[in-house]
Amino acid sequence: MRREIPLIITTIAGLVFAISYFIPHMPFGEAETIFGDWVTIVQAFAIWLGVLNLLRVTGEKIHRKRPGWTYAAIVIVTMVGTIAIGIYEGFAGMNATPPSSYRDAGTTFDWIFQYLYDPLSSTMFAMLAFYISSAAYRAFRARNLEATMLLIAAFFMMGGRVPLLDQLISPFTDTLVFSKLSSWIMNFPVAGGQRAIAIGIALGIMSSSLRVILGIERSHIGGGE
Amino acid sequence: MMGHYIALSLLAVLGLGMIFIFYLTVKGRTIERRFVFLYIVFTVSLPLFVKMKPPIQVSPEVQQVVETITSLSPGAKVLISCDFDPPSAPELQPMLVAFTKYALKHDLKLIFMGLWPLGPSQANRGLRLALADTIIAAKNLTYGVDYVNLGFQSGNEFVIQAMGGSFKSMFPQDDRRIPYDSIPLLNGVVNYRQIDLVMNFSAGKPGTIEWIQNAVDRYQVKLSAGNTAVQAPQVYPYLRAGQVRGLMGGMSGAAEFELALNEKGKASSFILSQMFSHLAVMLFVIVGNVAWLMTRKKK
Amino acid sequence: MSTEFGVWVAALMTIGLFSFLYKDNPFFKVCEAVFIGSSTGYWAVVYFFDNLQKKLWEGIFPPDGAVGDAWLWGGAILGILMLCRLSNKIGWIARWPVSFIVGATAGLYMINYFVSSAMMQVASTMQSLVVTNGGGIDWQATIGSVVVAVAVVSGLIYFFFSKEHTGAFGGVAKVGIWFLMITFGASFGYTVMSRMSLLIGRMDYLFGDWLGMIR
Repeated sequence: MRREIPLIITTIAGLVFAISYFIPHMPFGEAETIFGDWVTIVQAFAIWLGVLNLLRVTGEKIHRKRPGWTYAAIVIVTMVGTIAIGIYEGFAGMNATPPSSYRDAGTTFDWIFQYLYDPLSSTMFAMLAFYISSAAYRAFRARNLEATMLLIAAFFMMGGRVPLLDQLISPFTDTLVFSKLSSWIMNFPVAGGQRAIAIGIALGIMSSSLRVILGIERSHIGGGE
Repeated sequence: MMGHYIALSLLAVLGLGMIFIFYLTVKGRTIERRFVFLYIVFTVSLPLFVKMKPPIQVSPEVQQVVETITSLSPGAKVLISCDFDPPSAPELQPMLVAFTKYALKHDLKLIFMGLWPLGPSQANRGLRLALADTIIAAKNLTYGVDYVNLGFQSGNEFVIQAMGGSFKSMFPQDDRRIPYDSIPLLNGVVNYRQIDLVMNFSAGKPGTIEWIQNAVDRYQVKLSAGNTAVQAPQVYPYLRAGQVRGLMGGMSGAAEFELALNEKGKASSFILSQMFSHLAVMLFVIVGNVAWLMTRKKK
Repeated sequence: MSTEFGVWVAALMTIGLFSFLYKDNPFFKVCEAVFIGSSTGYWAVVYFFDNLQKKLWEGIFPPDGAVGDAWLWGGAILGILMLCRLSNKIGWIARWPVSFIVGATAGLYMINYFVSSAMMQVASTMQSLVVTNGGGIDWQATIGSVVVAVAVVSGLIYFFFSKEHTGAFGGVAKVGIWFLMITFGASFGYTVMSRMSLLIGRMDYLFGDWLGMIR
């Protein structure tokens, strides 16, 4: 029964959402609403599963004094501190008159967001700009016709979506030729190519979803077909 | 003004630097990646000091967004879904601020929400900036009457789909713990039928495509969107099919939007940096390829 | 230059992460650890209040004394089963909520993707290729429609791997590759724009908000 019950759950959940698209009335509409609520709740528990797992993994690293355990300690201190501050201010805000949110400006939690989380997460992603530039210099080569077409299209986008190439030809013409060209490329050839990809993905998702609902695909319960 | 001329001079030096990089690369001495990084730092930072505003043309897809929102009458209710986080803020926050300022100046009623955990915080930031505008501040707008922040709800596309039946089922209270039924702005707002437009600012999944699938095609919602540049190309098929009414893509889209709405903001001031950084990447690609071709010919 | 403590903390954290570009160092590792801790903690609090407390707890036990929604207990039970994943002994039971999520997502996606990403896209492509404008042919729109139709058909033919790409079929698939290369090139150009925007934002913060050199 360890494998059968999850398969039955998958099938029922899948059929409810698929059928309720066409029959939004009783019982499918109501079942869809109930199951939708359950999905949102399970997602929240899943995040907390990740938090508790991180606590367990970093706690073990500290306990066994593995290399880098001091950084694991910083992770735990920051995480537990953020959670404690957030939960305290959340409940304090709930009981205040008038009630306020834990993320309102002026709270310590908002300070953590503004001066720790925001700059750190933004900087992590900003570093990609350096890597893309290095890759452009070292790795992007027009080795064949297809790669050349890719690079030329990229050039038109980079030069046309900002007024770069238009500024370069501005002594010769006032018309923003490259802006118009890049807009045309996006709206027609690129839209067509992206549409082909989207249709292909849609067909793939449809078939894999059907396999999941029918119980043919069982990888999510730890097994093959 | 001094900073403007110093920055321009240093940019000219960077140009000479690129010629030097080209010379070294062609000679077979690829420069160290840390110098590439340093080059990019200067290329991105120096234009921030230059007082120059390159001409921007509003593209048809951004114009479509503008036409959609300018067609709304005072009192129209707009649901704004902030589906992004701080890393995407340089591209999407200017769009959000420009739209919020326009909307509040023209008496549109705004309902903010987020499908990303940090979306409502970004919404609050945008609201703070908009409410600080002198014209808007003079209107003495009231939370709960003119605008409201419903907060975040987990569930991704399931939230969008459930809101087709009832907003209250997903947001029983707003971000400040006020019960849904106690908020004057939400009086009579049951689901999408009472909403005149959905504005989506999206950095990934869940985002514009999920809104199209679960709200537009299922509940005939009117949707306009702003996306990060990474996601924007994927939305163009839906734009052509009429499933989304206009699309602002990346920082250039944000700058065009600010220009079209006459709301000067961060995106317009960043465009020059964007231009120079693109030029740098293009030149790096050219330099790398020319050197590679010359090496191949020698062999 | 800013005198606000928080701005200095943010600026130093930013520089700490950027120091990795030179080489890995303890300052970077500390900033990275703070990032992991603060982001995990932030998400945990948001999900706790906005979902578990607001929707689940107050849904079952409404604060105004109204009758609660008993169906939410199902979600709570599934959620607790999810947490059992932490136990080696009874971790297998976490498959039930995972199966529920997978099934629900499969059911929703199956129809949504079919309607929005397949049917609507095909319908849009099959619109009249010749676009008229008040009696005459709108050549710009017509050429555009033809280009889109050719791109979609040739792209789809390229993805059809059940038949060998030879002869006329192979020729059309080749055209499909060209359109896909243009698509990927445009995506790359947009990706460069996006990544540079993030860096511009950070530089603006350092030189503007922190050092006060940009007005």
